[in-house]
Amino acid sequence: MAVKLLLTGNYAAGYAVRDADVDVVSAYPITPQTTVIEKIADFIASGELNAKFVRVESEHSAMAALIGAASVGARTFTATSAQGLLYMYEVVWWASGARLPIVMGLVTRALGPPWSIWSEHADFYTMRDSGWNLFFASNAQEVYDLLLIAFSVSENQNVLLPSCVSWDAFEVSHTYEPVYVLGKEEAAKVLPPKGSFKPLLSSDEPASHGNLAYPPEYLEVRYAMREASEKVLGAFKEAASRYAKHAGRDYSGTYECYRCDDAETMIIGIGSIMGEAFRAVDILRREGEKVGALKLWVYRPFPYNELSRALEGVKAIVIAARSSAFGSMSPIGLDFASLIASRGLNVGIVDYVVGVGGTDVYAEDFVGMVREAPKNMGKTIWWVR
Amino acid sequence: MSHRMYPKEEYLLKGHASCPGCGAALLLRHVLKALGPNTYLVIPACCTSVIAGPHPKSAFKVPVLHIAFAASAAAASGMIEALDKLGRTANVVVWAGDGGTVDIGIQALSGAAERGHNIIYICYDNEAYMNTGIQKSGSTPYKAWTTTTPLGNPSFKKDVPSIMASHRVPYVATINPAYPNDLYEKIRKASRIGDGLKYIHALSPCPPGWRYDSSLTVRVARLAVETGMWVLYEVDHGRFSLTGPSKNLVDKNKRKPVREYLKLQGRFAHLKDEDVEEIQRLVDAQWESIVRLLKEQQ
Repeated sequence: MAVKLLLTGNYAAGYAVRDADVDVVSAYPITPQTTVIEKIADFIASGELNAKFVRVESEHSAMAALIGAASVGARTFTATSAQGLLYMYEVVWWASGARLPIVMGLVTRALGPPWSIWSEHADFYTMRDSGWNLFFASNAQEVYDLLLIAFSVSENQNVLLPSCVSWDAFEVSHTYEPVYVLGKEEAAKVLPPKGSFKPLLSSDEPASHGNLAYPPEYLEVRYAMREASEKVLGAFKEAASRYAKHAGRDYSGTYECYRCDDAETMIIGIGSIMGEAFRAVDILRREGEKVGALKLWVYRPFPYNELSRALEGVKAIVIAARSSAFGSMSPIGLDFASLIASRGLNVGIVDYVVGVGGTDVYAEDFVGMVREAPKNMGKTIWWVR
Repeated sequence: MSHRMYPKEEYLLKGHASCPGCGAALLLRHVLKALGPNTYLVIPACCTSVIAGPHPKSAFKVPVLHIAFAASAAAASGMIEALDKLGRTANVVVWAGDGGTVDIGIQALSGAAERGHNIIYICYDNEAYMNTGIQKSGSTPYKAWTTTTPLGNPSFKKDVPSIMASHRVPYVATINPAYPNDLYEKIRKASRIGDGLKYIHALSPCPPGWRYDSSLTVRVARLAVETGMWVLYEVDHGRFSLTGPSKNLVDKNKRKPVREYLKLQGRFAHLKDEDVEEIQRLVDAQWESIVRLLKEQQ
């Protein structure tokens, strides 16, 4: 039976891990991730979750421990932020290369220096080309839902790639919201059965993984990974549709569009700031502007087909990227520029960098960004009101 | 035990890619016989990444997880916890070089030891980064030539077995490929201890890196013990004891001069008489501290 609880985004993640009946958790504390792993530790202590918790001495070891655990068939989870992800980075790529269905929560936080604990998505974007499935939640409910969907996607035998679900520091991680929680029994109906994916290693059938590969064999292994990544969106839609039937919340579209019908200008972004973008749409619509807003749930694989359909009839897009960008467009700006170019769309693009280091972004900012879009067309602008 | 009593089964198969005379291959052969088929190896970047043979084949008859350089002890931690959670028992064994242990991997090793995972960690110590071409590691002996210490190593070899013993792990032991019986007993003992991390430090002579003829590996390995430069011992639940031939070498007169070990190896060819004398003094001092330790324990 689903219950409605008042939870922060981080606690919602803890409940998702409990309900997914994870076998092995391994983590190293970092603000603002800490309350995720504290919640999990409480669930294990109370017996609500029967899992091993490896309290590692670094994030590098956190991911390495999960690689060891997942390679023999365990369901695994870790969470981190910012510097922690960067310290872990080498083994982040090892996890995807080893085709292990690890699930990670990333509470996005600006990278130092200077020290910051507030949200920015630069950490998230470093995973862009790593082969991980990348999802982004913009509130506590989405954290819970997308984590459960992530286990289904990763453990899909045709996929076997790790997934990362991200959410903003504090605005989501530490903000209490009502969250519908399925409970273990109900969650089991939407998740693959435990142990359903074939373990990488077994002493019954000795094999090695990760041996030195000469160029043709390396190419073969990486191409197989590419082929698997092309099955991710299908697996996501399937998992999300199954989830929608049980939970009533539907993520199968891969993104959420707000007042997009007949929109000529579309605000596009990721994460909690998009709530303010939706409010800006209401303000601009009242003034007769044909504006909509699109928030991505799935960032990698990039849903080219779904998004190009979303841009039908749109004349200009206003990108709101919460990431410092140096020497090029923002990461998400580049993605949409590539979408426009590769599909031959006749859509203008303005690339705004907003909310850096946790600076607030209000509806009024989005209104300003849209109003100033015509003169900023084709540019990358660091938006400061 | 007699060598005849070893299991006939081979777990490091013919056709593996080690150099001729490789100490690590010799060690692996006997270590795996002692561990048996229900064993998972975790191997970070090291010579054995190559010895294992190229993908998709494997020279090992046990499952192997190759993993990033600094990550082996952590990967093994997760693996043993997962196997335990899934209701299975097996030997989870890290097989790592000296660079992957005493340098880049020591943090993960220390963490795994402190947490007390039921794993065996074996460092095969060829005393430099051999796979990348003989660069100095934290385990390179004093004065030894490497490609990054062309005038000889100015620093002293890190004593990682002592560091591990200080973690109060249940078992620490040193092994040497010239003494397979001693090795076999220690690996068997380690696999029987069901709790905590068991740390094994193995001397692994390397013909190309140490600059000696590949036919001399066992002689070099034996001389390391006979000269007292490599001490065979174990620390079993905190209790130190000399093992094998090292038991009889407490008396200095029974030890061969270190010169006999050094002179076989090109990496020490540049040593002057006073360098050899200094190394002799250091070895003697180490033995004096062993004598003190044995007395304290009585």
